[in-house]
Amino acid sequence: MSTFELDRRALLGIGAAACAVPLTAAAAQFTGAGMAWQPNTAAWPTAVDLRAGYMFFTPDEAAFIEAACARIVPADATGPGAVEAGVPLFLDRQLAGDYGKGARWYMQGPFGKSTGTQGYQSRHPPAGLYRAAIRAIGDHLGRNGGQPFHKLSAADQDAFLKDLEAGKADLGGDVDAKAYFTLLLQNVMEGYFADPLYGGNRGLAAWKMIGFSGARYDQRAYVLAYGKPYPLPPVGIGGRPAWSAKG
Amino acid sequence: MATRLPAVDAVLIGFGWTGAIMAQELTEAGLNVLALERGEWRDTPTDFAPTFAQDELRYYWRHELFQRLNHDTLTIRNKASETALPMRRLGSFLLGSGVGGAGVHWNGQVWRFLPSDLKARSHNLERYGKKAVPDDMTIQDYGVSYEDLEPYYDKFEYLCGVSGKAGNLKGVIQAGGDPFEGPRAREYPNPPLDMPYAPTLFGQAAAGLGRHPFPHPAANMSRPYTNPLGVQLGACTYCGFCEKYACGNYSKASAQTTILPVLMRKKNFTLKTNSEVVKINLSADGKTATGVTYIDDKGQEFEQPAELVVLSAYILHNVRLLLLSGIGKPYDPATGEGVVGRNYAYQITSSVNVFFDDKILNPFVGAGALGTIVNDFNGDNFDHSGLGFIGGGYVGLLQTGARPIETHNTPDGVPKWGAAWKAALARDYLKTTTISTHGAVMSHRGNYLDLDPTYKDALGRPLLRMTFDFTDNEHKMSDYLTDRAAEIGRAMGGREIKVNYRKGSWDVVPYQTTHNTGGAIMGDDPRTSFTNRYLQSWDVPNLFVLGATAFPQNAGYNPTGTVAALAYHAADAIKTRYLKAPQQSLVQA
Amino acid sequence: MARRLITFMLAALSAAAVVTYPASPGAQQAPAADPPVETQQVAYGRALAVIGDCEGCHDRPGGPPLAGGLPLNTPFGVIYSANITPDRETGIGTWTADDFWNALHRGVRANGAKLYPAFPYPYFTHVTREESDALYAYFRTVAPVSYRPPANKLPFPFNIRFLVTFWNMLNFKEDTAPTTGPTRGEHIVRGLGHCGACHTPKTLLGGDKTGHELEGGKLDNWFAPALTGDVRAGLGAWPAAAIAEYLKTGRNAHANASGPMGDVVAHSTSQMSGADVAAIATYLKSQTARLEPTPPATLDPKVMASGQAIYVDQCAACHAVDGKAAPTYFPPLPGAAVTQSRDPTTVIRFILSGTQTVATDARPTPLSMPSFAWKLDDAQVAAVATYVRNSWGNSAPAVSPGDVARLRRKVAAKPVQKPSARI
Repeated sequence: MSTFELDRRALLGIGAAACAVPLTAAAAQFTGAGMAWQPNTAAWPTAVDLRAGYMFFTPDEAAFIEAACARIVPADATGPGAVEAGVPLFLDRQLAGDYGKGARWYMQGPFGKSTGTQGYQSRHPPAGLYRAAIRAIGDHLGRNGGQPFHKLSAADQDAFLKDLEAGKADLGGDVDAKAYFTLLLQNVMEGYFADPLYGGNRGLAAWKMIGFSGARYDQRAYVLAYGKPYPLPPVGIGGRPAWSAKG
Repeated sequence: MATRLPAVDAVLIGFGWTGAIMAQELTEAGLNVLALERGEWRDTPTDFAPTFAQDELRYYWRHELFQRLNHDTLTIRNKASETALPMRRLGSFLLGSGVGGAGVHWNGQVWRFLPSDLKARSHNLERYGKKAVPDDMTIQDYGVSYEDLEPYYDKFEYLCGVSGKAGNLKGVIQAGGDPFEGPRAREYPNPPLDMPYAPTLFGQAAAGLGRHPFPHPAANMSRPYTNPLGVQLGACTYCGFCEKYACGNYSKASAQTTILPVLMRKKNFTLKTNSEVVKINLSADGKTATGVTYIDDKGQEFEQPAELVVLSAYILHNVRLLLLSGIGKPYDPATGEGVVGRNYAYQITSSVNVFFDDKILNPFVGAGALGTIVNDFNGDNFDHSGLGFIGGGYVGLLQTGARPIETHNTPDGVPKWGAAWKAALARDYLKTTTISTHGAVMSHRGNYLDLDPTYKDALGRPLLRMTFDFTDNEHKMSDYLTDRAAEIGRAMGGREIKVNYRKGSWDVVPYQTTHNTGGAIMGDDPRTSFTNRYLQSWDVPNLFVLGATAFPQNAGYNPTGTVAALAYHAADAIKTRYLKAPQQSLVQA
Repeated sequence: MARRLITFMLAALSAAAVVTYPASPGAQQAPAADPPVETQQVAYGRALAVIGDCEGCHDRPGGPPLAGGLPLNTPFGVIYSANITPDRETGIGTWTADDFWNALHRGVRANGAKLYPAFPYPYFTHVTREESDALYAYFRTVAPVSYRPPANKLPFPFNIRFLVTFWNMLNFKEDTAPTTGPTRGEHIVRGLGHCGACHTPKTLLGGDKTGHELEGGKLDNWFAPALTGDVRAGLGAWPAAAIAEYLKTGRNAHANASGPMGDVVAHSTSQMSGADVAAIATYLKSQTARLEPTPPATLDPKVMASGQAIYVDQCAACHAVDGKAAPTYFPPLPGAAVTQSRDPTTVIRFILSGTQTVATDARPTPLSMPSFAWKLDDAQVAAVATYVRNSWGNSAPAVSPGDVARLRRKVAAKPVQKPSARI
């Protein structure tokens, strides 16, 4: 040790005027101690593990999802497609986690049929709805010896998706085709445009395509810059290449 | 078996905006105050930091800052003839949760109601006659006047450092402000925010049509600000993650950024989190609230006696707790009798997209209440003769940001996905903006709140049931506003516009506003109101109910300014009169 | 020098038993604890206790006032602060005024045992007898608490109190004629205020480096900046009124007090009289500029560029793109002393762990900087720290990823992720 360090306070003592941040869901009481705070503590987001393969989709489901993603946002000169952007992986991780379970949703029964203005009423949380719907789609298309979705031509795939969207495809059972497509479309858009830490929007490419500035905070210099193109590239919560001296 | 705790002078149920306001006022008067919040402690550097606050998926779509519906939700239906089903996902309105409540994720839009809004019934009858207010339209006067509330609107605006330009100073109309507003005693505490391109174009187009555009009053600081309590707020940086997100740099007014730094240092104030009030307890004769019963996260029950009980949770929770506690007569839409649950109202909104080819608007630069507004068609600011509706709303261009999952404005005829969609979005995203209308909803005999017979919350208690739909009045009014918005949109000179009327029954899915109102309304008559003008229960004089619960109908403005003014007005009455004669009604019915 | 001293100590140990000093001559039976009557002397003592920030070390979190038990991490091990309530068994209830004076003035207990210099008696030796008696009178009115702090965790040979004698020979000079002058400010800073305990650099053995008073010191993984007249890294740019404002309210146009200094402001300086705070400011403004000049930093343009990118994307949210931020709200970085201190420990620590500005009655808002430890790696923290230290006219040595890694291991090794709310 090159310099003597006389430690005067235990780390506990720093900020003794304020009390510690309660981190569990336990009931806590605050009297006169100011705004609770603790160092090194934050409610940061959990990035998904991008290295592992699919954790939720079976190979058949993945085939459908990848093909559907490729039609919902196709790759072209404008920008990446949903597949290139990582949306199937995004969907997989969402469905494998709390979102798939509908953890924040009210999933108690009984389950009735919506009048049309009462929102989502399926007994399936998203994970269950995807499984049931993809299976029903497979059955539906396979009737009379038809090809599975991923083997259809692009035009036929589009036509089928449009039928789903319009509620014209009857998938039978308790799967509402329109509700499923609405959810799928919503989730694909989420994956395409969300922060890359969730698995989609790889390389911030979707944001670059539209010109969204990303996870920034100080835009004061641009409020009155009427009509001027925004000069900075987008940035994610995890940063951008310029944050690295090697980048 | 509930553990009985030592008594406190005042117990507050819920610790959002109104809880913090009332706690600050009562502790100043020397009371021993306890606030019970079923959610958790939240504060800027830990929960809302600019290191991760800009996360659209997490906060807007996965609802991280909002109430978890698996714990508590409500059931909804448009008509009593339908079966109410649970709101299983958040949509139309975004319920807050935790310390600060919805005040953490709001936009910061701070308005005063018009003088005529506060007496919507008598004013409209007088001007337009009996036909203007059909029998089923159960609107009432608030029982307070604009003059009564003016000093409290002012107090809240200065607490929040509202950035704006006065339009009417003591009766003298000011250039650059809203000429229709009620008279105010002094200017806003902060000048207006910098105005980006799109709202400026809107203002120019509106002025060209003879309207009166002005900057939206914003509880987003236009400069660093120290409020009258000595609390410091930072300057807004136009990050574009305001509504549905929490502010990372102390520049949006909330309980945390305006009151709590002072309140949390007081020895006569205690906050308990993860403590859910399950009942307001009454004396045997039902005329006094003796305190509350609450449970902690482990389900242990506590009885908390108190001299004064303040219900300061969100309007929907307030009404449900009154019903579950058996306080007040529940409303019956068939007979029109009863007060708890009556006069539920909401907001009706619509929009017009404007597409440019030649103007880069950078719509992702934004702040919650940043924009240009015209109030020419709000309230009774215009002659309604022959239009077939009463009420109005504002028309404005708010640039709150353009988060990319949410913002896919494409012209008519463009599909929602596929190559054509992609090309249109890539072409238009930076050059598109949206005008919105924000309209009043009158109360109606058939729009009400009660307890659901079937569905239960996580604690096994009945959910609140909401029966609500827009009526003809709202649709006609909203269409009218939308047409006015479209006129301005066309005058902005873009390539094209897309007009999005609000059609059909109220749908719980698309986000509209979190402006639920009514259910335990204020008034002059105990037969048709739950509280008097000081938000004091007629039946139980030591119970006060804060929030938009008090509104007999909703006006064409965001409610928070009036919610806060009414809370301050009530606090003043408690401090100067009630505490001198406790348990007495402040108003003779 | 140090090695020789340690050898000497070990030799002395092997030879001698522990030596205890006799009780001080003329010791009397200590009077019973006084009833809490606020005489003028007691009030004076209370005010002195605020200046000395006794509670800063003698309170443990959640514990009753002055009952001790706060662990102080010294390089020699952990020392627990003493119970200085008037409890007769576990506190100083049996001490006389003479005993108390000896403790402050010479660093010895009533039974003659040496106090470890974790208790800053090298500064308190400047306290006058009148002041000592007033403090004594005040402490006798504090509620007695029966509490025995845990045993110190000092490994052999540092658990031998006697060896402090030798430390004292090198590092302690008893003030044989303490006065309240030459100025009030000097008396406070060099005495009861014990500012140098943090702000003066230390030798290997923890004594003040002679001739380098108030030139900045490292402690507990913080760097307490210089209080000299240097413009860049000291108080040279602060008018006296700004120093006083900082001490009273916890912030001024140049800086916000947080971390350990935040505690000092909260418990001590914000509660001092305006006159005392002004006196401290006057004394500090009399300090000359005397820091060793820092060689100009060798800056890697790639590191500066990446630091700038991080800064613009993240830090500008509060500190603004030009660093000017919002004086008294968010501290400006151009010209900031902490930012330009040769030792970057505090800068790195703020970035890794975040920090909370102190709340005072005058300025109750604890504006806080969030923690970046979970988000930025060592190279990124080093880059942005180097960037702020060398932009807008600032100049200070670059920060290396190694600097960051070492500090991270000590203070931010396990950032805590707050989970989703239950409701």
